[in-house]
Amino acid sequence: MKLDVQTWPVAYAAEAKPRKGFFTDTSLCIGCKACEVACKEWNHVPAEQHGFSGKSYDNSLALGADRWRHVAFIEQRIPAGIDEGTTLVEAAARAEAIRAGAPVTARDGMRWLMASDVCKHCTHAACLEVCPTGALFRTEFGTVVVQEDVCNGCGYCIPACPFGVIERREDDGRAFKCTLCYDRLKVDHTPACAQACPTESIQFGDLEAMRERADHRVAQLRERGEDTAQLYLSDPDDGIGGGGSIFLLLDEPEVYGLPPDPVDPVRSVGETWRASLVAAAGLAVAIAGAAWGGRR
Amino acid sequence: MSDTPGAAAAPAGAPGTSYHGQPILKAPVWTWEIPTYFFFGGMAGSSLGLAYATHVRGDALAARRAWLTALAGLSISPALLIADLGRPSRFLNMLRMFKVTSPMSVGTWAVSATAAATGLAALDAVGLSPPGAISRTAVSRAAVLGRPAAALGGLSLASYTAALLVNTAVPVWHEARWTLPVVFVSSAALSAGGACAAATPAAHAGPARRLALIGSVAELVATEVMHRRLGMHAETYRSGPAARWGKLSRAGIVAGAALLLRGDGRNRAAAVGAGALLCAGALATRLSVVAAGRQSAADPRYVVEPQRARLAARR
Repeated sequence: MKLDVQTWPVAYAAEAKPRKGFFTDTSLCIGCKACEVACKEWNHVPAEQHGFSGKSYDNSLALGADRWRHVAFIEQRIPAGIDEGTTLVEAAARAEAIRAGAPVTARDGMRWLMASDVCKHCTHAACLEVCPTGALFRTEFGTVVVQEDVCNGCGYCIPACPFGVIERREDDGRAFKCTLCYDRLKVDHTPACAQACPTESIQFGDLEAMRERADHRVAQLRERGEDTAQLYLSDPDDGIGGGGSIFLLLDEPEVYGLPPDPVDPVRSVGETWRASLVAAAGLAVAIAGAAWGGRR
Repeated sequence: MSDTPGAAAAPAGAPGTSYHGQPILKAPVWTWEIPTYFFFGGMAGSSLGLAYATHVRGDALAARRAWLTALAGLSISPALLIADLGRPSRFLNMLRMFKVTSPMSVGTWAVSATAAATGLAALDAVGLSPPGAISRTAVSRAAVLGRPAAALGGLSLASYTAALLVNTAVPVWHEARWTLPVVFVSSAALSAGGACAAATPAAHAGPARRLALIGSVAELVATEVMHRRLGMHAETYRSGPAARWGKLSRAGIVAGAALLLRGDGRNRAAAVGAGALLCAGALATRLSVVAAGRQSAADPRYVVEPQRARLAARR
């Protein structure tokens, strides 16, 4: 049994627009957080009180109800002399020593990874699929948006999201996340974060074009020797049917706090219901056994 | 976790690699109301099956007590569900649509329909008719359909809540998609058996007692099987609140079942005590499962490691 919810472009017929999306090229991110600020300003996302997290330059730490863009900062030690002709074996041994607790010296380099995260606007979006009120819906642009006048704060979308994006705003009671600036898209504007990004790390456009650009860029970086450069969520055959936001990462996804092989949990809803039916049938048998299986 | 500066350079994909140890998933926001509803809904649902079976068997007294027990459980449920909403005044938005991809949506309709059918069956069982123009014969006639409908609805109430949890990204729930429903229906069976055995005179409580005992054995076995099949995810059941509720659950079920066996169906006080212990055990099971979900979502290891293994196996 396969339960597939096809709402875009089918449901929109002639009103369907080309699917829009982000391509976030983290190799260009300078960690300025202009996207976080622009998003908050445009979407009236409430301010938060952050302390000092001690985790690099990141005090906001994760996407959530009040953070629809989030810039991650990862500080990585690069073994000594890697740019000065040290052999790979020596460099690896040095990296191993640092990992084991050897003090870092001035000769050891540092790599600073920065990446702006956002809602993935999944092709198979668990949040939308589990939403019992229909507050979460797919727009004519193929994006996933919460209708705040419909959401009743049931909270089901929150553990359903394999990326931990959507969250309930506690003093409000409803769930919030990135809308991919639905209001701006309606009037042919670029989303606030992409508009504010000074380095074009956040690019916006037709998803097809974004995929092509991403393919081109990752090939370019690999040619330059960035062996760990990789695309994330650009494959339409992955566990979420591909993202409406795709990313170019310079390390493995989990380093950025992203799941390495995300799967839409609702993909197995047929099996889930089957198991539920089997259990219910077992209960019926147990009840019948209890009722007719004894003297009194 | 890779919180220390030195560990930040750990080889990509190494176990425990994460973003400053931050969780990847958001923990479920449901508070005590939801596991408590799982308990009452399951208890009521399984009582409905028992009520129908005893009705068919011809024991009007046992059936009446079971219908009323179910009705009590079903009356508490909506209050718990509405109280947990972020916007309780919008609870009717639940009925804007029917979605098979959302067990919560399916469950809301199931609870509503089952409650209506149960009301009918219970009215007929106590020999009352609602105020107004509806006669007792009309109620009796409607109850002929209402009873099996309530029983079927009851079976769905006892099991759908497991589907609701399985249908999320929380690893300890999602990976238990075949065993969690068995744990939940067993928990429903033992609490219904316990509650109905306590509510029914001993001479009529044979089926309820047997259901409680079958459910208790099934629950203890199913929980053990679930833990074994969960692999690393079972760790969440061995620590924190999930482990504490789990221990209480086992204690309540074992003590309740033993008391029920010893009372041998003649001692009503023992049956009441056993029912209370069994219900407490069943409630603790639900609290343990929900707590495990919170713990599972909080640790990025449970997300990263199995997904890494999956990727490695594919290569």
